[in-house]
Amino acid sequence: MLELEHVSKQVGANTHINDVSLQLHAGTVNVLLGPTLSGKTSLMRLMAGLDKPTAGEVIANGERVTGVSVRKRDVAMVYQQFINYPAMTVYENIASPLRLQGASSATIDTEVRKAAELLKLSEFLDRTPLNLSGGQQQRTALARALVKGAELVLLDEPLANLDYKLREELRVELPKLFAETGAVFVYATTEPHEALLLGGHTATLHQGRVTQFGSTIDVYNRPVDLQTAQTFSDPPMNTICVKHAGGKLDAAGSDMGAPIDSQALGEGEFTLAFRPHHISLSQTEQYRIPVNGTISTSEITGSETYIHINVGQSHWVALTHGVHKVHSGDAITLYLDPARYYLFAGKDGALAQTPVKTAKAA
Amino acid sequence: MIDKPVNHKAWFFVFPVFLLVAISAIIPLMTVVNYSVQDTFGNNQFFWAGTEWYEEILTSSRFHDALVRNLIFSGIILLIEIPLGIAIALSMPRKGIWVPVCLILMALPLLIPWNVVGTIWQVFGRADIGLLGRSLAAIGVEYNYATNWLDAWITIIIMDVWHWTSLVVLLCYSGLVAIPEPYYQAARIDGASKWKVFRYIQLPKMQRVLLIAVLLRFMDSFMIYTEPFVLTGGGPGNSTTFLSIDLVKMAIGQFDLGPAAAMSIIYFLIILLVSWVFYTAMTNFGIDAPEKEVN
Amino acid sequence: MAQITLDKLAHSYLAKPQNDADFALKQIDYVWEDGGAYALLGPSGCGKTTLLNIISGLLVPSKGHIRFDANDVTELSPENRNIAQVFQFPVIYDTMTVEENLAFPLVNRGVKRSEVNQRVNDMLVTLDLKDKAKRKARGLTADEKQKISLGRGLVRYDVNAILFDEPLTVIDPHMKWQLRTKLKQLHEQFGHTMIYVTHDQTEALTFADKVVVMYEGEVVQIGTPEELFDEPAHTFVGYFIGSPGMNILPGAVEQNTLRLADQSFELNKHYRSLSGKLEIGIRPEFVKVTDAAGAGSSGVKMQVNSVENIGRHKIVRGMVNGQAIDAVVDEDANVPADAFAVFDKSRFNVYEDSHLVRAES
Repeated sequence: MLELEHVSKQVGANTHINDVSLQLHAGTVNVLLGPTLSGKTSLMRLMAGLDKPTAGEVIANGERVTGVSVRKRDVAMVYQQFINYPAMTVYENIASPLRLQGASSATIDTEVRKAAELLKLSEFLDRTPLNLSGGQQQRTALARALVKGAELVLLDEPLANLDYKLREELRVELPKLFAETGAVFVYATTEPHEALLLGGHTATLHQGRVTQFGSTIDVYNRPVDLQTAQTFSDPPMNTICVKHAGGKLDAAGSDMGAPIDSQALGEGEFTLAFRPHHISLSQTEQYRIPVNGTISTSEITGSETYIHINVGQSHWVALTHGVHKVHSGDAITLYLDPARYYLFAGKDGALAQTPVKTAKAA
Repeated sequence: MIDKPVNHKAWFFVFPVFLLVAISAIIPLMTVVNYSVQDTFGNNQFFWAGTEWYEEILTSSRFHDALVRNLIFSGIILLIEIPLGIAIALSMPRKGIWVPVCLILMALPLLIPWNVVGTIWQVFGRADIGLLGRSLAAIGVEYNYATNWLDAWITIIIMDVWHWTSLVVLLCYSGLVAIPEPYYQAARIDGASKWKVFRYIQLPKMQRVLLIAVLLRFMDSFMIYTEPFVLTGGGPGNSTTFLSIDLVKMAIGQFDLGPAAAMSIIYFLIILLVSWVFYTAMTNFGIDAPEKEVN
Repeated sequence: MAQITLDKLAHSYLAKPQNDADFALKQIDYVWEDGGAYALLGPSGCGKTTLLNIISGLLVPSKGHIRFDANDVTELSPENRNIAQVFQFPVIYDTMTVEENLAFPLVNRGVKRSEVNQRVNDMLVTLDLKDKAKRKARGLTADEKQKISLGRGLVRYDVNAILFDEPLTVIDPHMKWQLRTKLKQLHEQFGHTMIYVTHDQTEALTFADKVVVMYEGEVVQIGTPEELFDEPAHTFVGYFIGSPGMNILPGAVEQNTLRLADQSFELNKHYRSLSGKLEIGIRPEFVKVTDAAGAGSSGVKMQVNSVENIGRHKIVRGMVNGQAIDAVVDEDANVPADAFAVFDKSRFNVYEDSHLVRAES
C-alpha cells in the first residue's frame, strides 16, 4: 500500500503538485488521468522517490519513505518511450532485474519464460530489442517491470507510442497481469477511454491537483465538479448555462425541462451538462426536450455519426447511432432527456445533481 | 529539479573532484591574488602593496598594446573560423560511407599538440629552407615572418585556422545532423531557397552548438601562447607579443611577480566578461524577452 | 486542387526486387477525386507512409506513374508538385512569428506584399490565431504549432493536395477533437484534396469520405466508413475497424442456410456454393446478450468472462461454443449470469479464405 499525505512539489515559482493525498492499495490499478502538464509525471516521480516533495509525506506499507532514494525503494517503471538495453537479447533484458537481485539461474529462467509467455514474447527471446516492432519492444519493457516483482509499478503513458489496435489489445491484457502480481499499479494516461478500459481506480488531475479519486466508473458517473467531468469526457461534455426557478430549467429563454429533484437542487444558476451520446435526433418518451441549433460539421465513423452543433453561444457534439448525412449550416432540432442531466453549481462548478440512471447504479 | 531525495553517498563521489579542483584551481588562484596585492624584494619578504600593481598594469601602454593585439587576433579568428566551420559542416555528407572518412579527416588536426603545429609552420614557412617560404620566394612574393609583422600575423592566423576550424566543423555538424528530416521537407514544400533553409532552420537549430564553438574558440584564441612563442617569440618587434607572452616575460623573464599576478587576474576577468557577453547575446538571439520557452 | 491518379504504382526499397514479398507497396491502381478527403489506414509497416511519400515526391516509385490531373509528376520533386504536408511532429520556423510563418511560403513564391498580408490575415482568423500573430512560434502549444503547419499549406490557395502524416499524434485528446473538427471545416470551406495517413481508425473514419485500408503493403479495401463497417472486404478489415473488432467465427453456409455455433440461421439471401476455409463475421454491436426468456429459440448459450463498463456502453467478453466472442451492450443493460447471445442475422458476413463473399440475391 502506498499513501501520499498532503504532498506538494514546488519548483521555483511553479507549483507542480498541489496538496495531493491518495491511498493506493496493493493489487489495484490506479489511473492518473489528465492532460499534458497536469502533473501526472511529477506525481509519479514523487511516488517513486525520484524527487522529494517540498511538503507532505510518502508512506509505503506504513513506513515513511519521503525522500528515500528510488534505489532503496522497490519500484519498477515503464515509460512512453521504449526503454530496453539495446545490446542484450530480449531474454537478458527481462532477466536483468532478477540478475541484479541475485536470483538463481533456475529461478530466472522460470520467471523470464513465464513473463514472456504472458506478454507473447516467447518466440522473440533470442532477438535484440532493435529487431522488434514497437509493440514487442514495449512488451519487453513491461515484462521486465513484471518480473522485478516490485511493490510499486509505475507506467507513464506506456501505450501512447503504439498503434491503435495494439493499444486496444494490451489494454485488455494489462489489468489481468496487474491483478495477478499484487503490486500497487499506477498508470498515467491522457485518454478517458483508456482509463475506462483499465477500470480500477482513477485520480483525475488538473493543474497539479487531484480533483477526485475513486473507482473509475464512479468518477466517470459522478464527477465532483465540472472540471473533473471535462477531464473525464472524450468528446467533451456538452454544457449550457441555465437558471433554475419554479421547478424549471431555463437556458436564455428556452425551456430545458424540469430537474430530477427540483427541491433538493434549490433555485439559482447552474451549468447543465450531458454526454454527447445522450442526444436524440428524434423525439421519444425519454428524449422529449427539444433544442434548436445549427449544424457546424459532421463526422461519420461507419456505425455512428458525430454531429457538431452550435446552440446559442455553446458548441455541442452529438454522438448518434447510425449514419446521418447532414449539411453544415442547416438548422437541426435535438431532443434531450432530463434524466440524463448533470447540474453543476454556477460559481465553483461543484456537482449539484447526478442523472437518474447513474444515481441508481450506485 | 532542485531538491532530489538526499543521498549522502553522493558526497563521497563528489569529494575527490572537489579536492582536485581545489588543488588545481582555487589554491593557485588564491596564491596569485595574494601575489597581486604584495611586493617583494626577495628573501621571501612581502609587503602590502594594495591596488598599486593593478593601477600600474591598467595604465601601462605595454598592457594596452598587448590587449588590443589579443582582441584583434580573437576577432579575426572568430570571423574566419566560425563562418568557415559552418560552411564546411554544411558541405559534409549527412549519410553514407563518406561520413566517417570526413569525420576522421576533420579530427586529425585536433590531435596535434600546439607546439608541434608551431614548429611545423615555423619550418614550413622559413624563407631559407621551408617549402612554403621557398615557393613563395620563387614566384616573387616577399615573405618573411621573422622580419615582417604582417607575414608573422598571417602565419599565426593560418596556423590557428588550420588547427582549430575542425572543432567548429565537428560541433556544427553535430548540430546539423540532429535536425529531423521533416524540417527540410517542409522547407522544400514551402519553396524556401537554400539560404532561407540555412537562415530559418539550420542556423536556429545550431544556435546551442554555435554558442559552445564561439566560447571555446574565443577563450582559446584569447589565450594564444605556444604558436607565436615557437614561431617568432613575440616578434618581429612586439608585433605578436600577446598578453600571454607578455605575462610570461614579466613573470619568468623579469621575475616581477606582483605586476604579473595583477595582470593574470585582469586577464582572467576580461575573458570572463567577454565570454559572458557572448553567452547572453547568443542565448537571447531569436527569443522574445518576456516569453521564453513555455514547455 | 487536382485529381490524383495512381497508375499501376508499386514500390520496393530493394534495388532488384525478386518477388512480391520484396515490395513495401504492392501494385495499386486508383484515382483520388479532386476535392476528396481520403485516409490511408493501417498498422505500422503496412506501406501507408511509403505511398504518402510517393504522392508527396519524396520517393520515386519503382514501378508505375502518378499523375496530378493530366500531368505526370512521377519524377518531380516535392517543391515542384505544389503540395502541402503536415508532419507527425509540428514543423515550424522557431525564430519567426506566427504571422511570418504563415507568410513564408507566399514570400518565397514572390507574391505581392499587400496580397500576402491579406491572405495571412484571413488565415489567422480562420485558424483562430489572430491574438497570437506577433508571438514567436516556438513558445506555442503543440496544437497551435500544428495549426500553423497546416496554415502554411492553406494560405497558398492553389495547392494540388494537402498531405497529413499522423498529424494528431502529439496532441492531447481534448485538443484532438478541436483540431479534427477544424480540419473537417477547412476541408468543406476550401475544398482541397486531402490525404491523411494514420493508424487510428477513429481519425481515419471521421476525417475521410473514403478510407484506404492497407495491410502488408497491399490495399485490402477502399470504401466509405459505412462500407468498411458494414461489409469489410477482408477479415483483417473487420478486425482492424471497430473497437472491439469484428467477431470472426468458424461456420458454414449452404444456399440460404448459415450454420454458426451449432445453430442454423435462415437468411433471406442466397450464397453460391463455397469451398475454401469458411468464416462468419459479426460485429459486437450486432450481438445481443440476454437471458433465456429474452433469447427465445434463436439464442446461443454464452459463457460471460468479463463485462467492461466503459461509460458509453459495456463490452461483454465471453465464449460461445468454445469460441471467444465480444458483444457491445447498452450502458444501462444488465448482463444476466445465465446469458444467451442473440445474433442479428441480417448482419452476418461470410468469408471464404479471409475474403468477403457476397450473396447472389
